[in-house]
Amino acid sequence: MNTVAPMRTKIQVRDLEFFYNGNRALKSINMDIPEKQVTAIIGPSGCGKSTLLRVFNRIYAMYPKLEARGEVLLNGENILAPNYSMNRLRSHVGMVFQKPVPFPMSIYDNIAYAVRHHERLGKRDMEARVEQALRGAALWEEVKDKLKQSAQGLSGGQQQRLCIARTIALKPEVLLLDEPTSALDPISTGRIEQLITELKEHFTVVIVTHNMQQAARCSDFTAFMFMGELIEHGDTDTLFTKPGKTQTEDYITGRFG
Amino acid sequence: MSSPNENLYRMRAFKNGIAMVFACAATGFGLLWLVWILITTVVNGAAALGPALFTEMTPPPGTPGGLANAFYGSLLMSALALLVGTPIGLMAGVWLAEFARHTRLGMVVRFINDILLSAPSIVLGLFIYTAFILPVSALTNHQVGFSALAGGLTLALLVIPVVVRTTDEMLQLQPGTLREAALALGVPQWKMTLQIVLRAARAGVVTGILLALARITGETAPLLFTAFGNQFWSSDLLKPIASVPVVVFQYAMSPFEDWHALAWAGALVLTLFVLTLSLLSRLILLRDRSY
Repeated sequence: MNTVAPMRTKIQVRDLEFFYNGNRALKSINMDIPEKQVTAIIGPSGCGKSTLLRVFNRIYAMYPKLEARGEVLLNGENILAPNYSMNRLRSHVGMVFQKPVPFPMSIYDNIAYAVRHHERLGKRDMEARVEQALRGAALWEEVKDKLKQSAQGLSGGQQQRLCIARTIALKPEVLLLDEPTSALDPISTGRIEQLITELKEHFTVVIVTHNMQQAARCSDFTAFMFMGELIEHGDTDTLFTKPGKTQTEDYITGRFG
Repeated sequence: MSSPNENLYRMRAFKNGIAMVFACAATGFGLLWLVWILITTVVNGAAALGPALFTEMTPPPGTPGGLANAFYGSLLMSALALLVGTPIGLMAGVWLAEFARHTRLGMVVRFINDILLSAPSIVLGLFIYTAFILPVSALTNHQVGFSALAGGLTLALLVIPVVVRTTDEMLQLQPGTLREAALALGVPQWKMTLQIVLRAARAGVVTGILLALARITGETAPLLFTAFGNQFWSSDLLKPIASVPVVVFQYAMSPFEDWHALAWAGALVLTLFVLTLSLLSRLILLRDRSY
């Protein structure tokens, strides 16, 4: 990366460990995620990449017997601290999941639903916010004439862009994408990847993917994880052309995983 | 090599044929009674069907009349049962599915609810009789005894477990990803449950309420010693009240021809009502799938 301006760190991970029912799934992770860049997390199945992502918005906390130890600093504040408000965190850190899950309501309400919870907007402001979000997710042109229709009628790729729109409508600082294209066809995947590169202008993007080409195509930084450990983390070009560790090289050349 | 295999296949085809014959015969045997019952009800009930059935009161033997007071009583008590039973059942179902799914307490409550679901309805009638009617009667100096209120409460006890069970199951069918997606937007759990998950499951939940209504429509035994019955029009919740199943029972047991005809007509209307409810719930579920 030839960035001239020094990059600010958005998320700092310090000695993070994660336990599923007492089993350690993340081993002392330390990692800095730069602001307004795309960071990809890659690694074989079960390496802990999704687990790590799910710590960043504490979505794991909805299930019992899961525990994160260590620190994750968002803008310097530890989000794992018990007094850090979960709802505030999640309005700052949005997440898009593997399978698109539209809510059982209209396209418009899918976007407006969570905005209504966090902000009091007038009708006109809300309409502007919904349009802005849909434009941001490159979906506006396709749905502008059917905003009142059920979101379940959209195609899989459109539904996933709707989920992205719904997330960016809250104007978060960080966008977490958990294998956002693994349930989509190649054309939809291409559109989402293009969108990811556009999104980094406004958001810090962290994407988990098991598709190495995807990481190479649309990320600025890549982290390689294996068996719950962060093996290597650096700018994407270097990691893919001159990996520092043999494990990374073995993985990206397809020798395992 | 080929001849032993051929024998094997022939043997299997033979066994398959026999199993098929038995299965078809069993199905036919079951359906036969059902169709017979339906035809008898329609043929006998249609004879006494007419506007008078819905406008006239239950008559003394030998005079013309209808079942208006019984229909009214059934409607009133069913409405009361739904009014009391649905909110309790919904809330308990939501609690079971969303807040206590894997907890020990949740499992115990679910088990008890299943017992209540299959409890003989006469037991629930007896319960209301001893736990509600007797104390109320003592408190009011025997002014209030058998009543529409007691009948409605008994039916509510039948509604609750059905609604709990269907609500619980329909909510559990909703994918965890839906909950994660809502929570990830910073929406609190209660809002997510009511506005997203319950909404996604609404067709199934409504179906459960309709099925509960269908179940209580034909209940006779628990009403015998709670609502008791009434030959006249009554809209007083604290007085005994007539209901269709109880009138059908009493009239069918009588020696009078015209009472028999009324009993058949009442049975036919009940059957058609339950049939309509079943069709309606099927329709709701079908439409939801295409939504």
